[in-house]
Amino acid sequence: MKNRIEKIFERCRDEKRAALILFTCCGYPDMENSERIIQGAIDSGADIIELGVPFSDPMADGMIIQKASQIALQNGASLKKVLAMAERLRKRNPNTGFILFSYFNVLLSYGLEALTDELARIGVDGILSVDLPYEEKAELEPLCKQKGLHLIPLVSPATSPERARLITGQASGFVYYIAVRGITGVRTELPQELIARLEEMGRISPIPVVAGFGIGDPETARKIAKHARGIVVGSAGMSLLVQEKPLEERISDFKHFVKSLSGSLSPDA
Amino acid sequence: MNSHYGIYGGQYVAETLLPTLYELEYEYEKAKSDPDFQAELKRLLKYYVGRESPLYHAQRLSRHCGGAQIYLKREDLNHTGAHKVNNTIGQALLARKMNKKRLIAETGAGMHGVATATVAALFGFECEVFMGAVDIARQAPNVERMEVLGAKVNSVTSGSQTLKDAMNEAIRDWTARAEDTFYVIGTVAGPHPYPAMVRDFQSVIGLESRRQCLEQCGKLPREVIACVGGGSNALGLFVGFLKDADVKRVGVEAGGNGLETGAHAASICGGRVGVLHGCKTYLLQNNDGQILETHSVSAGLDYPGVGPEHSYLADEKLATYVAVNDPEAVEAFDLLARMEGIIPALESAHALAHAIAIAPQYSPEDILLVNLSGRGDKDMDNIRHYRQRTQKTTAQHK
Ligand SMILES: Cc1ncc(COP(=O)(O)O)c(C=O)c1O
Repeated sequence: MKNRIEKIFERCRDEKRAALILFTCCGYPDMENSERIIQGAIDSGADIIELGVPFSDPMADGMIIQKASQIALQNGASLKKVLAMAERLRKRNPNTGFILFSYFNVLLSYGLEALTDELARIGVDGILSVDLPYEEKAELEPLCKQKGLHLIPLVSPATSPERARLITGQASGFVYYIAVRGITGVRTELPQELIARLEEMGRISPIPVVAGFGIGDPETARKIAKHARGIVVGSAGMSLLVQEKPLEERISDFKHFVKSLSGSLSPDA
Repeated sequence: MNSHYGIYGGQYVAETLLPTLYELEYEYEKAKSDPDFQAELKRLLKYYVGRESPLYHAQRLSRHCGGAQIYLKREDLNHTGAHKVNNTIGQALLARKMNKKRLIAETGAGMHGVATATVAALFGFECEVFMGAVDIARQAPNVERMEVLGAKVNSVTSGSQTLKDAMNEAIRDWTARAEDTFYVIGTVAGPHPYPAMVRDFQSVIGLESRRQCLEQCGKLPREVIACVGGGSNALGLFVGFLKDADVKRVGVEAGGNGLETGAHAASICGGRVGVLHGCKTYLLQNNDGQILETHSVSAGLDYPGVGPEHSYLADEKLATYVAVNDPEAVEAFDLLARMEGIIPALESAHALAHAIAIAPQYSPEDILLVNLSGRGDKDMDNIRHYRQRTQKTTAQHK
C-alpha cells in the first residue's frame, strides 16, 4: 500500500504541479483559532501542513515565527494540545499530509516512544526536527521506521553532494531543501545558485525534494516550483497572521494568500 | 574525537551548520599536534595574558573561617580580568587559520564578550557581540570596554534577555554567515567540538594549579572548587585533577533565591535532561520541554543549561555539584574584599562562598583550592542595585 505522502506527490505529478506545503505555528494566536487557520489553509489548497509546535528558543527561526511562537506559548500551546488538534484535523481531512515540526527538546521531553505511538495512532505522517541532523537521528529514526512515520531530513546550501546522497539515501517521505543559508523569514532575493542546486538535489535524491525558507510571494513560488516537487511557505503566511488588525481580517488575508500560492503552482499559471 | 560524554553532548544544530562543525573539528585536530600553533598559543598566554596566574594563599580569610587553608587560583589577574581569554585566544588562532573575517560571541557577564573583542582587536577581526538587554544594564562597564575595543554590541530583547537569548541570537547570525564568520563560544557548551575544544583551552587552569599546589604545599588539595555557569572555568580546573582519586571536585551552581523558589540557575542540581544550543545536557525546563527563565545575581551564571561533560561527571559521580544562593555569594564577595583586598567577580564569589562554608569541617593542614575565575570591577553597579533591592525588601518585612 502506498503511504499518504507518496500519494500526494503522485497526485501532484499527475496534475503537473508542485505540492504546496504550509508551515503554521500551532497555537497562534490560540489553539482554537489556530485550528481554524490550518483548516483555512487546507481549504485554500495546501497539500501538506507542517504543524509547528512552538519552542521557547527557536534558534533556526526569524522574527515572525519567534513572535508567533512566544504568543502561542503565552496562550497555553503545548505538544499535547497540538496532538489533540491534529487528531481532529486528520478526521476532517483524510487526504492532507500532516508533518509534526519542532525543535528536538519538545519531542524529547514528551517521550519519543510515546510520541511516535501517538502520531501513528492519530495518522500524522511524519516528523521534522530542525535541530536533529543526520548525526543525531539514531535516537528517533528507528522508532519512526517501526511505526511507519517519515523522519523528514533537511539539506542546505552548505551540504555537499556526497552528504546529500547519504542523507537522502536513507530517508522516506520527502527531503526539505533549505533555500538560503540562514534562519526562516521572508527574503526579497534568493541565492543565484538555488535553481541549479535544486536540480542537482533532484538528481541525487531518491525521494521528492521540496524547497523552503524565504519564499514570500506567488511569483517566487511559481519560479522555484518548476525545479522542485514542492514548495514550503512559512513566515510569509505567518506574517499576515501577526499583523495589528482584527483577527477575522488577518485570517481572510491568510486564506487569500494561500489560494494565490496554490494558484501559482497550477500548470497553466 | 569523541562527540559525546555518555548520553550527553552531540551536535543538535540545523543542517546548515554541520559542514562548519566538521571543518572546525578538522582544523582543531590539526592544531593540537601543530607545533607552530601550540608555540604561538603558549607565547600569547605568557606575554599577552600574563600567565601563569598565581596560586595565592588567602591566609587572613583562612584564619577567619577557621579550618582548611584556602588557596585562590588567580584567573582574575589575567589580561581582561577573567579566565575567558585563555579560550578566546585559542579560538581566534583557529579562526585565523580558517581564514574567517569576523568573530561573533554571546556574553552574559560581558567577560567573554570583552575577551573576544580583545582578541579581535589583536588579530584584526571584525567583531560583534550578542548580549541580553538585562545583562547590558547590569554589566554596563563591560559594554563600554567592548565598544572601546572596536566591537559592536547587539542588544538582545527576546525571551528573558539574558545569556540564553544572546546565544540564540549568536547561533542565528552564525547560521546565516558561517562562511566568513567564526563563532567564539564562551563556555564548554554548544555543539561538538566546542565543549571539548573549550575544555582543552581552559585546562591550563587545572594543570598549573596542580603543579603550583604541589610546589607550594608539597601536597594536593582536599577539594578543588569552581563556579559553574556553562562550566568552562570549572572543567578547566577539574581536568587537572581528574586522575587524583583523593581530590574532590566541586562545581558550584547559582542557587539564586533558593532551589525551592524556582528562581535559580542550577541546571544540574535542579534540572532534567534535554537538548539546547546544540547539546544534550541537564536543563531547566518545564514539563512541556520549554526552557525556563533563570535567576541569579550573577549574569555569568544566569543560564538554564550546563556543559554536557559536567552532566556526565555528575551522573558518574566524578564531580559533585552544589548550589549557592545570591545572599551567600554576595557575603563572600564582601568578605574577600575586606579580608584580602581582592574584589572577585560575583560568579567566582559563588565558588568562594562554598569554600567558606565548608572550611571549618577541615583541619588547618587541609587545602581547599578555589578558582577565582574573574575580578569584580564589572559588578559595582550590580552590587549596589542588589543592596538597594534587598534593603527595600528587608524594610518591607519589618
Ligand atoms: C568571571 C566569570 N566566572 C565564571 C563565569 C561562568 O562561565 P563558566 O561556567 O563557563 O566558567 C563567567 C561567565 O561570564 C565569568 O565572567
